[in-house]
Amino acid sequence: MTAGDLPARAPALARDLDNRVIAGVCAGLGRRMGVDPVILRVAFVVAAAAGGAGIVLYGLAWLLLPAERAGRAVAARVLPRGASWQVAAGVGLLALALLLFLRELGLWFSDALVWPLVLAVTGTALIWHRSTAARQRTTRLRGLPRPPEPITRGRALLGAALVVGAALLFLVWTDALAAARDVVLVLVAVVVALGLILTPLWLRLGRSLAEERAARIRSQERAELAAHLHDSVLQTLALVQRRADDPRTVSALARRQERELRSWLSGTDTLDAAESIAAALQAVASEIEDAHGATIEVVAVGDAPFDSRAEAVVAAAREALVNAAKFAGEKPIAVYAEADDERIHVFVRDRGPGFDPDGVAADRRGVRDSIVGRMERVGGRAVVSSSRGEGTEVELVVERR
Amino acid sequence: MKPRVVIVDDHELFRAGVRNELDGVVDVVGEAATVDEAVERIRAERPDVVLLDVHMPGGGGPEVLRRLAPAQLETRFLALSVSDDPEDVIVVIRAGARGYVTKTVSATELADAIHSVHGGDAVFSPRLAGFVLDAFAGSLPTKVDPELDQLTAREREVLRYIARGFLYKEIALRLGISVKTVEAHVSAVLRKLQLSNRHELSRWAVERRLD
Repeated sequence: MTAGDLPARAPALARDLDNRVIAGVCAGLGRRMGVDPVILRVAFVVAAAAGGAGIVLYGLAWLLLPAERAGRAVAARVLPRGASWQVAAGVGLLALALLLFLRELGLWFSDALVWPLVLAVTGTALIWHRSTAARQRTTRLRGLPRPPEPITRGRALLGAALVVGAALLFLVWTDALAAARDVVLVLVAVVVALGLILTPLWLRLGRSLAEERAARIRSQERAELAAHLHDSVLQTLALVQRRADDPRTVSALARRQERELRSWLSGTDTLDAAESIAAALQAVASEIEDAHGATIEVVAVGDAPFDSRAEAVVAAAREALVNAAKFAGEKPIAVYAEADDERIHVFVRDRGPGFDPDGVAADRRGVRDSIVGRMERVGGRAVVSSSRGEGTEVELVVERR
Repeated sequence: MKPRVVIVDDHELFRAGVRNELDGVVDVVGEAATVDEAVERIRAERPDVVLLDVHMPGGGGPEVLRRLAPAQLETRFLALSVSDDPEDVIVVIRAGARGYVTKTVSATELADAIHSVHGGDAVFSPRLAGFVLDAFAGSLPTKVDPELDQLTAREREVLRYIARGFLYKEIALRLGISVKTVEAHVSAVLRKLQLSNRHELSRWAVERRLD
C-alpha cells in the first residue's frame, strides 16, 4: 500500500477481517499506522519466537480490539457490561502483559510478585474508575445540584477484595505470613470486634446524613419556587392591581403570565427554540401576542429539528402572524404545525375581516416578499387563501429532502 | 328548551362567574364543590349537562365520573379545567366526558360547547384535536384492533381542520359533506379515544388506575 492510497483520515483502530491471516490484528494495525501488515506480522513472529511476548501481545490485541464490523471487542462481549469493568480488566491485562514482557527480557519477577500485582492493579482500577456513562445521566429535578456519582457498592467491594486478596497472596507466597501469624490473628480479632461495635453507629450516621440531604433539597426547591413566584406571579398580580382600570392591559398581563406559568409547570420552558420547530413557533407566537395584544393558540403535531428550512418556515409564519394580529382584533388566531422527517406544514388562520385576493396586488408586496418569496427560496411554497368575512389562512409547506 | 346544567367546581368564585355568564342561555339547576356533593347533586337533579372540574380534592372529575358510571345516565359531561396537559384531558375523556374546554374559554364558546354536548356531540378544542393526531400517529400497538386503534383518512382530515381552527360548518363546506357527518366523524374519534388500547392513551389511565 502506498501513501497515496490512504484515505484522508486514518481508519479507526480495529481488526481487519477482510485481509486477515489469523484474527486480523496485524492487518488492522497496519492499516491504522500506514505500514505494510507483512512487516508487522514478521515482527510479531520474531517476538513470539524470542520468548513468547509476541503471542501474549497478539492475544491481548485480539481480546481488546473490536472487529471492524462486529463493533465490540471480544473482551467487551465476554466481560460484564459497564465501562468500569472493562477498564479494570483492561488495566489488569495490560499490567500482566507488561510484567510478563519484562520477565521475558530477563528482569526477574517471581510468580509471588506478578500475580498479586495484577490482582491489585485490577482491584484498584475497579475502585477508582468512575463510569463516565453514569456521570452523564442528568437529574430531571429543576435546579438541584447533581448528586455525586455513587461508586457502586458491589464494584467497590469486589475491588477491595481483589486488593486485599492480592496482599494476602503476596504474603503467603513470600512466607512472610508464617512468622506474623499470631500478630495477624490478633489484628483480625480486633478488626472484627471494632466492626461489630462501629457498624450500627456508621449506619445511623449514614441514615441521618441522607435525611439531612433530603431536607436540604426540599428547602432548596421551596426557595426556588418562592423566587420564581415572586419574579413572576406576584409581580404580575401587583401590576394587575395598579392597571385595574385598563381591561386590555390587564388581560394581556394575565395571558402572558398564564403562558409563562404553564410552560414552567410543564417543563417546556427549558426547550430550546433553536432545537425544535414547535418551541420556535411557540416563541414567535408569544412575542407577537405581547407586541400586538393578540391571542394565539399554537397546536403542534410531531416535531423536527430546527434547520435552515425550518428557520424559513418559522420566519414566514411570523410574518403571517403579524398580519393576522393586525387584522384579527380580539378574535383568536390558530397556528397549526405538522412536522416530521419528510416535511413541515404550518397553517396560520385568523378570523379577521378577510380580503378579496383578486382585489389586492400591488400594495401587498409585504406578503409577496416576506412570505411567498421566503418559502420559495428554500424550495417550499406559501398559499394565502382569504375571502371577505371569512378570515384568512396562510399555508406554508416545505419538503425536508 | 334550555339545557339543565349542574356546575361542579371547588372554587366558589369560578362557579359564580360561570353561572353569571351562562345566565339566560342555560338553566343552572345546581352547584357542587366536592366529589361527594357532585355525585349526590347529579343523582338527585339528573341534569342534561354537567360542567365538571378536572382537579378537585378527593379525585376530581375522573372520580365523579367513575362513581356515576355515565353510560347509565342520560347526563352528558363536559370537562372544564385550567390545565391543558394532555394527561388530564385524556384521563377525563376516557372516564366518560364528551368534551373538554379550558377555563379561559369565552362565554359564547362555553355556551356553544354545552349545546353541542347536550345534543350528543363531542367537543374538541384545537389542542385536543392536535393531541389525538399525535397519539394516533406512528406504529400500531401489537394487539391491533383497526376499528379502535386507527383513525380513518376522513377522521384525520376532520381533526386536522379542527386543529387549524375551523368550525364544524366550515369543515363541512370545505369537505363537501353535511355538518351532521362532520359531527359523526368527531363522535367516532371520541369513541376511539375512549376505548382504544393504544399505548399512548392507555398508559395514563393505567397509571391512575382508572381502567
